[in-house]
Amino acid sequence: MTPVLVTVLLYLTALVALAVPLGRHMARLYRGERTVLTPALAPVEKAIYRVASVRADESQSWRAYAVAVLAFNAAGFVFLYAVLRLQGLLPWNPAGIAPMAPDLAFNTAVSFVTNTNWQAYSGEVQLSYFSQMVGLTVQNFVSAATGMAVAIAVIRGFACRGEGRIGNFWTDLTRSVLYVLLPLAVIGALLLVSQGVVQNLSSYVTATTLEGVEQVLAQGPAASQIAIKQLGTNGGGYFGVNSAHPFENPTVLSNMLQSLYILLIPVAFCFTFGRMVGDHRQGIAIFAAMGVMFVAGLAVVAWSEAAGNPLVSQIVGSAGPNLEGKEMRFGATLSALWGTATTAASNGSVNAMHDSFMPLSGLVFLFNMMIGEVIFGGVGAGLYGMLLYVVLAVFLAGLMVGRTPEYLGKKIEAKEVSLAVLAFLSMPLGILVFAALSVVVPQALAAVQDAGPHGLSEVLYAYGSATGNNGSAFAGFGAADPFHTTLQGLAMLLGRYAIIVPMLGIAGALAAKIPAAPTAGTFPTHGPLFVVLLIVTVLILGGLTFFPALALGPLAEQVSLAAGTRF
Amino acid sequence: MLAFFRPALATLALMTLLTGVAYPLAITGVAQVAMPVRANGSQIEQEGTVIGSELIAQDFSSPSYFHPRPSAIGFDAASAGASNLGPTSAELLATVEERTEAWRRDTGESDVPLEAVTASASGLDPDISLENAHAQAARVTEARGAPRDEILRIVHEATTGPWLGIFGPAHVNVLEANLALDAAFPGGAE
Repeated sequence: MTPVLVTVLLYLTALVALAVPLGRHMARLYRGERTVLTPALAPVEKAIYRVASVRADESQSWRAYAVAVLAFNAAGFVFLYAVLRLQGLLPWNPAGIAPMAPDLAFNTAVSFVTNTNWQAYSGEVQLSYFSQMVGLTVQNFVSAATGMAVAIAVIRGFACRGEGRIGNFWTDLTRSVLYVLLPLAVIGALLLVSQGVVQNLSSYVTATTLEGVEQVLAQGPAASQIAIKQLGTNGGGYFGVNSAHPFENPTVLSNMLQSLYILLIPVAFCFTFGRMVGDHRQGIAIFAAMGVMFVAGLAVVAWSEAAGNPLVSQIVGSAGPNLEGKEMRFGATLSALWGTATTAASNGSVNAMHDSFMPLSGLVFLFNMMIGEVIFGGVGAGLYGMLLYVVLAVFLAGLMVGRTPEYLGKKIEAKEVSLAVLAFLSMPLGILVFAALSVVVPQALAAVQDAGPHGLSEVLYAYGSATGNNGSAFAGFGAADPFHTTLQGLAMLLGRYAIIVPMLGIAGALAAKIPAAPTAGTFPTHGPLFVVLLIVTVLILGGLTFFPALALGPLAEQVSLAAGTRF
Repeated sequence: MLAFFRPALATLALMTLLTGVAYPLAITGVAQVAMPVRANGSQIEQEGTVIGSELIAQDFSSPSYFHPRPSAIGFDAASAGASNLGPTSAELLATVEERTEAWRRDTGESDVPLEAVTASASGLDPDISLENAHAQAARVTEARGAPRDEILRIVHEATTGPWLGIFGPAHVNVLEANLALDAAFPGGAE
C-alpha cells in the first residue's frame, strides 16, 4: 500500500473508533439519561437552569423551539458586535488594537454566530485578546451547540410517537456545551499546547534574528480557541492564516489531532441518530452515504495535489506535488486530507491555502460546500442538512413507485416536501444569485485577485463558503471590501436560518404524526439501495444546480491548465 | 418582554463566563505552569536576548546558513500570509521561474526541489525538505570551511518525520540547523 493510502486508512479508522462511543454518549445525554460525566456536571447544569429560569423538563413546540434559537442567536450577535466595536476601550489589548469598522464587525459577528467563522479580518492584526476570548471563543461554543441542539430536535421529530413536541432548546444547548464540547475542548487545548500552540496573555515578543533583523512574534490565548474551533466545526483561526500558522498547528501530531476533531462530532451524530430513532442501521446508512462521498472527494484531491502543477513542473524540470501555499511539515497528503475534511464538515479551518490548490481539488471543495455541507457537515447542521435530502430522496422514490413516501414509519407529505425544497433553495440563492451580483457590480468585481476562470472560482468559493457556513476561503479574494462584508453577512444568515427554521418546521410536522408499522410494501431505508438513492439525490439536486457555474470556474481552469494557458 | 428574553440573556451571560473567561484562563494557567516554553511560542534565547522561535522561520541570506522556503510576506511573524495565487497565475509562474534560476545559481544543482521555489502557506514555514538541505550543504560547507560530513550530520539532527514513519514528509528545521552550525563552527558566519 502507498503511504497516502495508509495515512487515509489510519485516519478513518481512528475517526470511527472515536466517533462510535461519542455517538452513544450523545444519544444518552440528549435522552436525559445518566452519562459518565453526570455526577460531576449535573450541579453546574442545574445552577445554569436556575439562574436562566429555564424549566428543564418542559418540551417545546417547534415554534417555541425556533423562537428560542433565534432569540439566543440574536442576543449573541448583538453582544459580539458590541465587543468588536468597543475593543479599543476593553481590557486585554496589549497590542493596542483599534475598534473594528461597522461593516467588518457586522460580518464577523454574523460569521461567528452562524457557525461560519469566515475571516474577513486577520486575527493577530485586528482583534484584541478580549475579543478573541470573550467574543469569539464563546460563539465557537454556543454556535456549535445551537447546531447540535437543532439536529437533536429534528431527530426527535422523526423519532417521537405523535406527542408533537421536539424537546427544550435551553437544555439541549446547555448539555451540548457542558457534556460534549467543553470536556473535549479542554483535552484538545492541552494536547495542542504540548505541541507548541501558544497560550498566553503576553505582549507580542520582539526577537533579534541570527542575521540581526527584528522579528515580532505574535502571541495570545490560541490553543483554547483552536481546540473548540475544530471541535465545533467553526474553523475561525486564531491567526489570519489559520492552522497553517506554526503557532496554531506546529507538528504533524497537532495536525492529526485537529484533523480528527474536525470530523469527530459530525460523524458521531450519524450514530447518535441511529440510536435515537431506535434502529442503528438507519444511522449507518446515513454514515455510509456521507462516507462514500467523502472518500470519493478525497481521492480526487489527494491525486490531483500529488500529481502537482504541470506548469510549475515544466519550469523546474521535474514532476512533483503542488506545494505552493502548503507547509513543508504537512506536505501534499496531509493538506489534501485536511482540505477535504474541512470543506465536507463546514469547518473552514485550513492548514494550506485553498486558493493555490489544483483546479480539480478546488472543484471538490466547492462541491462539498455547495451541496449544503451534508458530507458529515457542521456539528448537527450536517445531519439535519442530510435529513433534508432524505426527505427529498424518499419523496422521489415515492413518485417512482406511486406510494406515499415514508421515512422511519412517518408519512412524508406535501408540507414536509415543500419545507425541504424551501430550505434547499437558500443554497442556490445565496451562492448563484449573490455570486452573479458580485461579478456584475464593478466595486465587487475588484475583489477578485486572479484573472481567468480561477477568478470566477474565487467568487463562487466566497459565496459557497458563506452560504454553506463553511468559512474557508480562496484567500486571494478581497473579502474585506464593504460590499462583500455586507453581502457575505446576508449569505451566512440565509444559509443558517433559512435552513434551521424550515427544518424545525419539518420536525414539528413529523412530531405530530404517529408512526405506522412497516409493511411488505415499505421501502427499507437502511440498505445499500437507499444509500445509493440518497447519494444520487444529493448529486442530482445539489450537483446539477451548480454544474454550469462549476463548468465555467474550476473545470474551465483545468482545461486551460492542460492547454498550458497562463492568466 | 424581559421574561421572554431572560433565558436567552442569562444563558448567554453564563456561557460567556464559562467558555469565554473561565475556560481560556484555566487553560492559560495550566499551560503556563506545566508547559511554559511551549505555551509562550517556543522562544530561543541566547545570552539573555530572544533570537526567535523554533517554530517560526526567519530570513537567512548569508551563504554560511541554510535558507528557508520563500515567504510571501517577508517573514513578518506578526502578520502571516501566502501568495494565494492560483495554479494558472502568470504572476505565480513568473515568480517560480525567477526563484528557480536563483536557486540553481546559488546551489549549483540542476534538480530543484519544488518546495524551494514555492511560497509556504504561512510565510513562516520553519522547515525545508531533506533534498533542499542536502543541495544547500555544498554552499554552507564552502562558506564555513568545515567538513561536509559534519554539515550533513547537523542536517540529519535537525530532521523530523515522517511521524510514526507514516504521516507527513521528512523535514529539516532551518533555524535549528543554523544554530547548530554556529555552535559547531563559530565565526563561520559573517
